[in-house]
Amino acid sequence: MDSRNIQFMFWGLAVAWGLLAIYVVMLAARESRLQKQLDSLKRMLEEKQ
Amino acid sequence: MEKNIRLGIGAMAGLLLLRNLYVILFNLPDEMEQGPIYRIFYYHLPAYFTAMCCYMTALVASVLYLTKRNLRYDAIAMSATEVGLAFAAVNLITGMIWGRVIWGIWWAWDARLTWALICWLVYFGYQRAKNSAVLSIFSFVSVAITYKAIEWWRTQHPGPVLSFRTGQQLIDPEMERMLYTNFFALALLAFVMVTVRLNQENLQRQIDGLRRRAHAL
Repeated sequence: MDSRNIQFMFWGLAVAWGLLAIYVVMLAARESRLQKQLDSLKRMLEEKQ
Repeated sequence: MEKNIRLGIGAMAGLLLLRNLYVILFNLPDEMEQGPIYRIFYYHLPAYFTAMCCYMTALVASVLYLTKRNLRYDAIAMSATEVGLAFAAVNLITGMIWGRVIWGIWWAWDARLTWALICWLVYFGYQRAKNSAVLSIFSFVSVAITYKAIEWWRTQHPGPVLSFRTGQQLIDPEMERMLYTNFFALALLAFVMVTVRLNQENLQRQIDGLRRRAHAL
């Protein structure tokens, strides 16, 4: 069997897992950024009132 | 509570994906003609079906938004579309890697591949446009054409092989079962991703509301 066949199979699986992992990290980062923004806005409004 | 349920389903999806990866790599035999590269299909096809489910969710949510005028439905459509784009990207790129080995080229401008790319670009456009439920509904036409492309045109892309489409057992039942099992795992993961993304849409709306209040003070 062509060794490239196995090599490309691993690349394919790595891409599938890698893309989804990157998206999960992006989601987590966005969540924490939004939560920080919300908390700081709430604090700011409390101080103003 | 809701966060714990999400975490539980996410963990279940992760464990199932790891178990499937083990079975795919070590338990299932090579395909007779293609060799080990065919294993890419265990991600290529399920990712495509998961993306389709996301686009279908976006379609239903967009119709509901237009009929009920509830912004929550628009948020569901946006969230499902973004997750669908991630899975469609997995489908496109794994397909290219498979094509490089089997066809000797990274990309062929055949009907199925071209429509899959158009579909991705159209939904990417919708996702960037925001609050355009009508565009989301029209975009679904590209999903339907992509699905039927391998029946309507003689394409370089392989024709339908799954038994629910052909009515015959064209691939080994064990291999077909693994395709469905991995689809189930990816669909669970997609469900968790959509709920997380939906929560972020809600956070964003709260932030926008507070910003307006801050400006008014």
